[in-house]
Amino acid sequence: MASGVRLTIRSKGADPRSGGLVADAHALGLHAVTAIDVADVVFFADDLPQDHLAELEAVLVDPALQTSTWDVPSDGIETALLPGVTDPAAAAIQLAMATVGLPHVEVATGRLFQISGDLSAAEHAAIARRLLANQVIERWAEAPIEPHFIDAAATADRTVDHVAVTTLTEDELQALSRERGLSLDLAELQAIATHYRGVGREPTDVELETLAQTWSEHCSHKTFRARITTPDGSEITPLLKQLRNCTDRIDAPFVVSSFVGNAGIVRYSPGVTLAVKAETHNHPSAIEPFGGSNTGVGGVIRDVMGAAHHPIAVTDILCFGPTDLPADQLPEGVLHPRLIESGVIAGVADYGNKIGLPNVAGAVLYDPGYIANPLVYAGCIGIAADAPELPGPQPGDLVVVIGGRTGRDGLRGATFSSATMDATTGDVAGASVQIGDPIVEKLVIDAMAECHGLYTAVTDCGAGGLSSAVGEMAEGVGADVDVTLAPLKYPGLRPWEIWLSEAQERMVFAVPPDRWAAMQAVCARHGVEVVSLGTFTGDGLLRVRAGDLTVLELDTHFLHDGRPQRSMTAALPAPHRGSVDTPECDDATATLLALLAHPNIASKERVVRRYDHEIRGATAVRPLVGLHHDGHADGVVLAEPTDTHGFAVGIGVNPWFGLADPERMAHAVIDEAIRNVVAVGADPDKVVLLDNFSWGDPRRETTLGELVMAVQGCCDAAEHHVAPFVSGKDSLNNEYLGSDGQRHAVPPTLVITAMAHVPDADVVVTPDLKQAGSVLVQVGDTAVEFAGSHFAKLHPVGTAVVPAPVEGAHDRYRRLHAALASGRVLACHDLSEGGLAVAVAEMAIGGRLGVHLRTLPHPDVTTAWFSESNGRFVVELRPDDVPWFTELVGGPFHVLGDTTALGTFEGPGIATSVDELVAAFRQEATR
Amino acid sequence: MSSPTAVVLAAPGTNRDTDVSFALELAGATPRIVLLTELLADPTVLQHAQMLVVAGGFSYADALGAGRMWSLELSHGVGDALTGFVAAGKPVIGICNGFQVLTRTGLLPGSLGHNQSGHFQCEWVRLEAPQSRCIWTDGLDPIECPIAHGEGRYVHPDVAALSANGQVALRYTGTNPNGSLDDIAGVCDDSGVVLGLMPHPENHVLARQHPRRARGPQPGLGLQLFERGVRHAREM
Repeated sequence: MASGVRLTIRSKGADPRSGGLVADAHALGLHAVTAIDVADVVFFADDLPQDHLAELEAVLVDPALQTSTWDVPSDGIETALLPGVTDPAAAAIQLAMATVGLPHVEVATGRLFQISGDLSAAEHAAIARRLLANQVIERWAEAPIEPHFIDAAATADRTVDHVAVTTLTEDELQALSRERGLSLDLAELQAIATHYRGVGREPTDVELETLAQTWSEHCSHKTFRARITTPDGSEITPLLKQLRNCTDRIDAPFVVSSFVGNAGIVRYSPGVTLAVKAETHNHPSAIEPFGGSNTGVGGVIRDVMGAAHHPIAVTDILCFGPTDLPADQLPEGVLHPRLIESGVIAGVADYGNKIGLPNVAGAVLYDPGYIANPLVYAGCIGIAADAPELPGPQPGDLVVVIGGRTGRDGLRGATFSSATMDATTGDVAGASVQIGDPIVEKLVIDAMAECHGLYTAVTDCGAGGLSSAVGEMAEGVGADVDVTLAPLKYPGLRPWEIWLSEAQERMVFAVPPDRWAAMQAVCARHGVEVVSLGTFTGDGLLRVRAGDLTVLELDTHFLHDGRPQRSMTAALPAPHRGSVDTPECDDATATLLALLAHPNIASKERVVRRYDHEIRGATAVRPLVGLHHDGHADGVVLAEPTDTHGFAVGIGVNPWFGLADPERMAHAVIDEAIRNVVAVGADPDKVVLLDNFSWGDPRRETTLGELVMAVQGCCDAAEHHVAPFVSGKDSLNNEYLGSDGQRHAVPPTLVITAMAHVPDADVVVTPDLKQAGSVLVQVGDTAVEFAGSHFAKLHPVGTAVVPAPVEGAHDRYRRLHAALASGRVLACHDLSEGGLAVAVAEMAIGGRLGVHLRTLPHPDVTTAWFSESNGRFVVELRPDDVPWFTELVGGPFHVLGDTTALGTFEGPGIATSVDELVAAFRQEATR
Repeated sequence: MSSPTAVVLAAPGTNRDTDVSFALELAGATPRIVLLTELLADPTVLQHAQMLVVAGGFSYADALGAGRMWSLELSHGVGDALTGFVAAGKPVIGICNGFQVLTRTGLLPGSLGHNQSGHFQCEWVRLEAPQSRCIWTDGLDPIECPIAHGEGRYVHPDVAALSANGQVALRYTGTNPNGSLDDIAGVCDDSGVVLGLMPHPENHVLARQHPRRARGPQPGLGLQLFERGVRHAREM
């Protein structure tokens, strides 16, 4: 270091990070690595007197647990954050220094790694590049690394450039879009050029970027609003309209608000509403798994806050490539699935645990289709007293921003997520990655809880940053803001960077001037920064200034309605729906054990336990249940400790059905999500749904055709179940253009979240078997439906179909609910991946009880055990209750056999022990 | 009977303050959540309280190590008020992050390191109270409640002496989730009025909060611990 000092801090004993790094190195094919020691490094920009060094060491080092040195290392690899990347640890150290009375000095943090093993210099560098430093946010060097400090003297460049568009040819317009990463198509570019010819000037760079953000697929859902025709010329109702129409037709009395604002809003009991929302954060998670998933959780929590609700729980659904993928099969420029998985899970855990919200529901899926494009869905549920609807910004209201400071984080995130990734994405998109700070968002939540009545409108700052948040709020009203008033993380940001930054943890409010002082007082009490950037004007114009310099002036009508409707063509799939082969299976026992050990079915305990699902004391049915808390629940139930009722959350997802038959997939995953909430005791007449589509490039006609059929399936299934959609989100272009020239698209992945009312929080049902001597009954029929099944991953199935929708399923669930609500049903489990065999095995694992099945629900044993037909449950009943149950629930049902204290799983063609089932199911969990 | 006032202290990032307030209310106290900035501005807040709770969470994101920043602010800002509170024999409890804070201020012995697993864990544990001088756990039936922490491995240079001095207030039974020495889940100070523990008894104060309650009635309400603290505060 040219000047300054550095402190290296090591754990006494093994650092908990070391073991994981060695395993990760081995997964990358670097087997010679025997140990990787990790130490934390703190850099101080100035030389410090000896007594200050001693004081710092006393503050930063716990001698019972750590050792430290001011010496500069001569070997090892060091990492440090790239300039501009938020460094919360450095900020904390500065706060600590101020608290103990040490003078201000610039601080940066990094890590020192010492790698053991017989490695070449090239291998050494490969570990640094691929494992130790995430080059999207960090750089690495042979120790000692030269740190970057914040340049407090940097000055902002307050210029505005005009970009010539009005005179460009078609080719030149498209070249401009590519150069600037606008992700706009020709019709959109021409609309912009035409608009500015009318205005009589060229757009500023800020205007062009704002239009690109607002018109991005991410923000404006062009595909879901597009005019779609099929090759034979017939026109399809725009997809978003289909979903909205479906909700309108259902006309459920408990839906307060759907498909408007940041989240769907539901009222299950007088005086209280729930807001629910799910989002994806796929592209950022692919290149920076921790930061991507971390801010995905933070973002969806803000969606609920933006609906003026207090967040109470989060959910996550994660899709990864196989974590045992051989290193030589990894496409260039792609992180290994193992690293993506560990980073994503750590990111989800970090945000939820620190902000203090239980992570209650989720799923983890593995498929080679997710190697280059992992999917990260995050959901949030919020609660609010039934307050009157917000009126929206009024002329004269202040444009108020509260929460985190603005930096260069996540610039152009919306346009980035709307583009296809390629081998260079990680290099060029670095600035698109946001860094989360859950503590700041927690403080914003606390402050908002005391801001009722102080604002007329609120929205979160998400994709597109202020441009999107203020732009949306100003629609039809107009606003005049000065971006230089925004608090910055560091100086030197240009006006367009402030306006478009996706820095996290910010909310925008419209605040009447007479309540501004009260709002400032609340924020001050909670230590939340609050600033007014300007006013809502009433002239319908969005005006952005940097001091006196106007950098943007746009008609909000053009901004929001000026985008030409996209016209697209869909080639509809023709999935097989006819005759089927009946698959064979030599060894049903081995098949059952293999299914239980399959990554998609096996215990997810090692993930679930990383998340706090207990905080708030409202989790009445947890993700893990049973005698030893290691069986999976179907859905979860949340009930405020002071309430007698609550609500359930269930997830449905099955991309393998989607590959074979997207329409039936939609039916199946809606049925699954609803089964999951019904099974734990929720009322099937009070269900709402969220749809989240992650799809490939919809400009490919077959891909769009699959999407069209999935939406059609969604609408039909929702109407059948009388379960309205209240919100949704689509993430398209989940494709990877490999350096091999091949496009890799994700399997069609529709995640359905069901939320439903639980009338009595003290009468909930879990799937674990409760006692020996009970009777097991299957509700619903089984058919030969193996396409996309997990059985098909192990055995050939010949000609097959995806499970068909079940006639009368909704009535069946109502009758089952009546039985469950009585409190007399001992256990209930829905049948999904792996069919009956897996479902009964999971019940046996949960209760550590044996089963003896005498009769199967289908004459073909393989079909009975492993088909994945919809509409089915297994229930555990006291023998005396069987007549009551079968009369109440009606057909179709099948009495299967009994539970036993023998510790064995016996049935036609299957004989094994519960211990073996546990071992297969938990081998990953205990590894 | 009078309802003692309990100050529930919350720093930026504290997130179980409302959970523990609910538990205190059920146990008969009158909880009042006080932000750290409010206490630093007016340390006399403590004089009007009969109990003090340092609540769980991730104060300052634990960016300097769990609880360190918060403990610096307490020691430098209200150190005297805090020691005075304890010297007066008023009950103090630090839960999870609060335990980490109290060890770093020196009010409680030992340190809390990273879990043996190397990461955050959320699971239910069973706790037993050995004979000790702790007023919070005197005659306590075993408690079942969750842990939710990444830095809960209790270490101390001489656990035998600690135990002999009656300062081991709670031990994990069955499974030791984090590698704590001598299965220690909670310790008290020499006077017995200050308790620190990693698990969250405040998340098991209602029967329906137990994860096995679908399997029938379950034992181990955490409420009894708070009731003992409240009783002691009343008797002051």
